[in-house]
Amino acid sequence: MAVMNIREAILRTLHAEMERDPDILVLGEDVVGGNGTAGGPEAIGGIWGTTSGLWEKFGPNRVIDTPISESAIIGAAAGAALAGKRPVAELMFADFVGVSLDQLWNQMAKFRYMFGGKTKCPAVVRMVYGAGMQTAAQHSQSVYALLTAMPGLKVVLPTTPADAKGLLTEALRGDDPVMFFEHKALYGVKGEVPDGDYRVPFGQARMVREGGDVTVVACGRMVNFSEKAADKLAADGIGVDLIDLRTTSPMDEDAILDSVEQTGRLVVVDESPPRCSLAADISALVATRAFTSLKAPPEMVTGPHAPIPFSRGLERAWLPSPVTIESAVRRTLAFR
Amino acid sequence: MLQLGHDQLLGAYRRMSTIRAFEERLHEEIKTGEIGGFTHLYCGQEAVAVGICDQLTVEDKIVSTHRGHGHCIAKGCDVRGMMLEIYGRAEGLCKGRAGSMHIADLDVGMLGANGIVGGGAPQAVGAALAAKMDGKGRVGIAFSGDGACNQGTTFEAMNMAVVTKAPAIFVFENNHYSEHTGVEYAVGTSLDIASRAEAFGMKVWRANGCDFFDTYEQFRDLLEYVRAGHGPAAIELDTERFYGHFEGDPQRYRGPGELDRIRDERDCLKAFRKTVTEAGLLAEAEMDAIDAEVHALIDAVVAEARAAADPDPATVADDVYAEYY
Repeated sequence: MAVMNIREAILRTLHAEMERDPDILVLGEDVVGGNGTAGGPEAIGGIWGTTSGLWEKFGPNRVIDTPISESAIIGAAAGAALAGKRPVAELMFADFVGVSLDQLWNQMAKFRYMFGGKTKCPAVVRMVYGAGMQTAAQHSQSVYALLTAMPGLKVVLPTTPADAKGLLTEALRGDDPVMFFEHKALYGVKGEVPDGDYRVPFGQARMVREGGDVTVVACGRMVNFSEKAADKLAADGIGVDLIDLRTTSPMDEDAILDSVEQTGRLVVVDESPPRCSLAADISALVATRAFTSLKAPPEMVTGPHAPIPFSRGLERAWLPSPVTIESAVRRTLAFR
Repeated sequence: MLQLGHDQLLGAYRRMSTIRAFEERLHEEIKTGEIGGFTHLYCGQEAVAVGICDQLTVEDKIVSTHRGHGHCIAKGCDVRGMMLEIYGRAEGLCKGRAGSMHIADLDVGMLGANGIVGGGAPQAVGAALAAKMDGKGRVGIAFSGDGACNQGTTFEAMNMAVVTKAPAIFVFENNHYSEHTGVEYAVGTSLDIASRAEAFGMKVWRANGCDFFDTYEQFRDLLEYVRAGHGPAAIELDTERFYGHFEGDPQRYRGPGELDRIRDERDCLKAFRKTVTEAGLLAEAEMDAIDAEVHALIDAVVAEARAAADPDPATVADDVYAEYY
């Protein structure tokens, strides 16, 4: 076990997997950085530091700086995957899914099914998401619900360095397109990471803690916020079952339902607006599949039906927080 | 004139004839109501698909368009499997999930027809980047129409191919119509489409897409250039669409006598016959015999497709993923 942060876990996993599998290539904007400048290649190494050193080690055929052309980045990844390679495309911000949506949604996601199951499309799309750093309406969004709704895509959101390694390794060894979400506020989160070959299977939620009174389901940074809320609640003798989904497609429905059957109370925390959100989806899952277990209506802790604002105070007001999560838990417990 | 062997010429004629017969038969069968959805016929453009694909290996990848039957047949997709697919049958090439617009056969390097105009060009760049990794001189080819030449994806793909020196080939089939709108309106430059590719920094070729031999020769030069590692290239082919945008299109946008004129003057199959007989390379009887075989094949696959079983509804959610958890 080595201690490292999520950024290092991703970088080291890319290095290790590219060394293991010569079919893996990386492409995106500034994944090398500095091409065509006085500073020269590797002057940047990826603005998030998650691709540095790859170009030097694996060369320009496998580590490809692209123009700012998100449709072509995702489309090229789709084509390279059909042609037998394992591309890792990077979207500098998950918001740019909007620019490249056709290649994700109408192309990559559907190839296997449309073509009668006779092909695979092992492309990984890494994308940086999340609010909390005043990056405003077009650089802060958590578009995982949008992509979770698309059959054919898998959606992954690591919250610990160990999961970052295990889930990225799993993505790179699998044969389906994987949307790999990296929260910009979580890159510095440190933790122990298992050495050697380490895979975390998709569709298996992580039980962060078991408290038995209320089920809190979260993903991404909302897991960390929920932990803080759970600490406060624990001091008052309230026990939270905290479930980190890890992957929203496939989703570990059993983990959610099993917990709600015990607690009878559900809080879903989702870093996105409420309509057609993951919170709404999981609330519907529980309402339809565990109705008789419920002792209170599901609580959805989400942002408002509004874009994400810039100003610090406004952004805080937009985001779910440990305080709003704690309040939701207390509300569901107070329901009679 | 281009020197091709007797068997190569007969093979090319067989493939062009197969595309023509396949499409003309579909034109009739669609009227029966037995085939659902949208179908876009490739008739008139056969020399392009065959003139290009005859020079490729199975390791070279192509991406196609919504008007993709010709590219499929030319690249080697099974005609029976295609017809069953267009009828939506269980034994169709894509198990009835694709229909006319999404036929693919990865085993022959056909990465898919595409219902989204301009959807394929970036994928051809990806296939080309994969080929570049392998370093064996293979190429990735995007077939695009004059409609797709106006999509941003096509522009992005051309630029990215140039920047990355990918062995990508952009084939622009200019049939003068993007859906129901004329190329003179929709392509907002006085220059041709090849000039756009040139502006992105590519070497370009131009050919008469109604002339198999011109298409073949120009593309041969292009292919040699790209296989040699010079980066991407483009070719624009002036061609004709004998039918409407889709089957059922009343084609009110056509000029008086236009359809008769293009069939008289711009039919690539007639032109091929004329060239090879005048040069004494093939006999009319040889080509008549091929036509008869092709028609018998199409009769057989249509009969089979009409009688074939539909997919089991229980399979509706199969094959969404390679791995289920």
